[in-house]
Amino acid sequence: MKIVVCMKQTFDTEAKIAVDANGKINKQGVSLIMNPYDEFAVEEALKIKEKSSGEVTVVTVAGPEGQDALRQALAMGADKAVLVDPGMDEIDEFTTASILAKAISEMEYDVLLGGFRAIDDGSAQVAGRVAEILGIPVVNVVTKLEIADGKAVATSEIEGGSQTVEVALPAMFTAQKGLNEPRYPSMKGIMQAKKKPMEKKALGDLGLDAGQVAPKVKAISYFLPSARAAGKIIPGEPADAARDLVKALREEAKVV
Amino acid sequence: MAKGIWVYVEQRDGKVKKVTYELLSGGRKIADALGEELCAVLPGKGVAGLAAELGEYGADKVFVLESDSLENYTTDGYANAVADLAKQNDPTAILMGCTVTGRDLAAQVAQKLGTGLMTDCTEMALENGQLVFTRPIYAGKAFVKASCPEARPAMATIRPNIIAIEKAAKSAEVVSAAANTGDIRQAVKDIALQISSRPELTEADIIVSGGRGMKGPENFAILEELADVLGAAVGASRAAVDAGWVTHSFQVGQTGKTVSPVVYIACGISGAIQHLAGMSTSKCIVAVNKDPEANIFKVADYGIVGDLFEVVPLLKEEFKKILA
Amino acid sequence: MIFKLSEEQELLKKTVRDFAESEIAPKAAEMDEKEEYDMTLWSKMAEMGLTGIPYPDDYDGAGMDNLSYAIAVEELSRVCGSSGVFVSAHTSLCAWPIYAFGTEDQKQKFLKPLSNGDKLGAMGLTEPAAGSDASSLKTTAVKEGNEYVLNGTKIFITNGYHAEIYVIFACTDRSKGTRGISAFIVEKGTPGFTFGKKEHKLGIRASSTYELVFENCRIPAENLLGDEGQGFKMVMMTLDGGRIGIAAQALGIAQGAYEQAVNYSKIREQFGKPISANQGLQWMLADMATQIEAARLLVYKAAYLKDNKQPFSKEAAMAKLFASETAMAVTTKAVQVFGGYGYTREYPVERMMRDAKITEIYEGTSEVQRIVIAANILK
Repeated sequence: MKIVVCMKQTFDTEAKIAVDANGKINKQGVSLIMNPYDEFAVEEALKIKEKSSGEVTVVTVAGPEGQDALRQALAMGADKAVLVDPGMDEIDEFTTASILAKAISEMEYDVLLGGFRAIDDGSAQVAGRVAEILGIPVVNVVTKLEIADGKAVATSEIEGGSQTVEVALPAMFTAQKGLNEPRYPSMKGIMQAKKKPMEKKALGDLGLDAGQVAPKVKAISYFLPSARAAGKIIPGEPADAARDLVKALREEAKVV
Repeated sequence: MAKGIWVYVEQRDGKVKKVTYELLSGGRKIADALGEELCAVLPGKGVAGLAAELGEYGADKVFVLESDSLENYTTDGYANAVADLAKQNDPTAILMGCTVTGRDLAAQVAQKLGTGLMTDCTEMALENGQLVFTRPIYAGKAFVKASCPEARPAMATIRPNIIAIEKAAKSAEVVSAAANTGDIRQAVKDIALQISSRPELTEADIIVSGGRGMKGPENFAILEELADVLGAAVGASRAAVDAGWVTHSFQVGQTGKTVSPVVYIACGISGAIQHLAGMSTSKCIVAVNKDPEANIFKVADYGIVGDLFEVVPLLKEEFKKILA
Repeated sequence: MIFKLSEEQELLKKTVRDFAESEIAPKAAEMDEKEEYDMTLWSKMAEMGLTGIPYPDDYDGAGMDNLSYAIAVEELSRVCGSSGVFVSAHTSLCAWPIYAFGTEDQKQKFLKPLSNGDKLGAMGLTEPAAGSDASSLKTTAVKEGNEYVLNGTKIFITNGYHAEIYVIFACTDRSKGTRGISAFIVEKGTPGFTFGKKEHKLGIRASSTYELVFENCRIPAENLLGDEGQGFKMVMMTLDGGRIGIAAQALGIAQGAYEQAVNYSKIREQFGKPISANQGLQWMLADMATQIEAARLLVYKAAYLKDNKQPFSKEAAMAKLFASETAMAVTTKAVQVFGGYGYTREYPVERMMRDAKITEIYEGTSEVQRIVIAANILK
């Protein structure tokens, strides 16, 4: 079973976000982590490999700093890593998906995995686009995945419940929390990671040029939300406070 | 030349989702400003009867895509049908609700049409004739305003509960279109809906949410009782989910659901930044916490410093009185 | 000089921090309260290979360097001082002498299960009358045929009871003084080896501290570690390395308390502004940060020297002395930053302050460290 995981490095969930002098999101000094949803994807890939033998390749579209997330995946147990540096200032999901799909099209694969969204831009579309470009089916927000006999049975979240679908492989699955409990890299895994292959590619190496993958969406401006002003603490004994709060919600805020 | 603002009609079991009306209400204004038609795209099986009511929310035209193979939502079936219709009609924009389904569908349609997609938008506007969307990034810690300047249609999914519904009393022209569902590779084996009398988290007007301060799963009953008085949904912080008290489907926050209700009542939630990321666009935030230093009070419109086990039942009684 | 961790060290630091915050931190207060370590955490550490970081792969270790090991102990201690000493006592005090002085058979039999975490290790040196003066051991080991017979009592034994493998120091020939001390590997369950009282302590309360009692405890002669009479040298060398572990523990405790203080000072408002806006408090935080950074450089340097097979006895003593005193000073200030809340168990700084104190005492008190340093500089 050949498994390819699309992954991404993101800001730490605790990172403070600021806009720099150029009006862009300030990336200086922000600690980076593997997108938490991609951890589920990597874990699932490793579980499939452990069950059926095979190979797990992790691939990302990022600058050189993206190697850290790849290295973590290798330390968890992935076999190979590929980083494609687009070398472009502005990219969008179309760009990323086009590059990933091209890189993956040069590999053998039975199962593709990715996090269902990244916690930074949260757009939840790259994996689906990759599947579309490669002409394979996608099942999103998967919480349970069983692979057997060239088929997959995936349970995924839908509004108000869940649904189970069957698809033939190869197919793309995006991981939702609950799919598994990602392992921590082991100390031995960390030591082995540096011996595993990590390929670094540029667009040209994939036979692409920047024009082909130029973004469809253009950012106009970035800004921070206006801080919510702290409101009122309703004083008094619990019974009084509860009464006054309900009154304020009705008469002052007019929301109930 | 691309023409028309399209709204994807999300329905299940013959019931149109509220977010669809929100998109029609918002889309109406954009369409008027551009002098274009507002079209609803309604795929499904046995859904033609829903077309008429879409006019009441502003649709000029409703494309009905009827097919047996659209009985259940499938990524391929719906994406093929919608993308095919778009290829034939060349709309300016397609709007969908940022629901699980909307997200799933939008990405596939966007790629099939080779266009750009902005997800989970909290604002849309016309600037110099260009549709501009604002969307939260880094879980709401920042926003980006963006557009799809050249490729058509420009696509966006819009967060539910953001746009106010306005009725328009139009009678929409209903157009039956061919549903080219293509090869559907996802075979639906089973659909398991949790039977709940409460609204869905992302659609609810009021959410009562519990955190670490709930101390245990059994105590969520007091939140449910309050929620039932208010017709509210019940949510939870990551701490409560990680402790195993409620399932992940209840989780509000960076790694859970993003919600935007009219009232968000946070009980025993400290207000970690990851939680705030998921609910800070709520219109009115109420916090009950025994720790006066709790972060949640920094964003709450109203707060009570006290023991939630005492305060929440009292709130329930007070709400009962005014809602009776 | 290059002040930069390697890629592996960075990833280890991140991994251990992640594990400590997700798995240990939520349990730290409760384990402290109950005076009991949650052994499921040990299993998780074993799975990750935190139980044999600096030992070669051949013995089921991770094959990492001592600096990596120090960083791991630091990160564990940052959220839970007990977890830091748990790993440090196991790795430095039990596994290390077996690794350094054991025969191949002993390494296969004992170092492997220690490294892969099948078994927890401890060391027994201290006795009621032999604390800093390790030469006055009363525990005896007498050779009878193919066995040694151990008699005596060890106190304050970290990881006691939970540990399954013990390195015990005993006197084989009283006439030879320190040259009459030998080291033995004793397994839990050996007849004649029992546990006395459990200590109730000020800090590191989740770490078990037990009395070990040997009454005609017979162990196979092949469990002698090294040669007879080598024990005292082993003690000194083991403690040199152990000090890096404890220094790292102290560093981690200080770092944890410091971060708590910084975060709290930014959100706690008094007189209409965060308390961090007060210069008096800013200076306090600046001093804390500076002391911690200095301690870190000392600890990492001692580990670096050990990794590069250079003498590190003096540097390890300096690191332990400075890091432990930094831990005490920083945690005390952290409690001060929190004010009344800091004195309660609502916040972790209270526990951290209690945990810090022991680092000035065990594996050589601050006074002993100064003796070691002085002896080195006055040579």
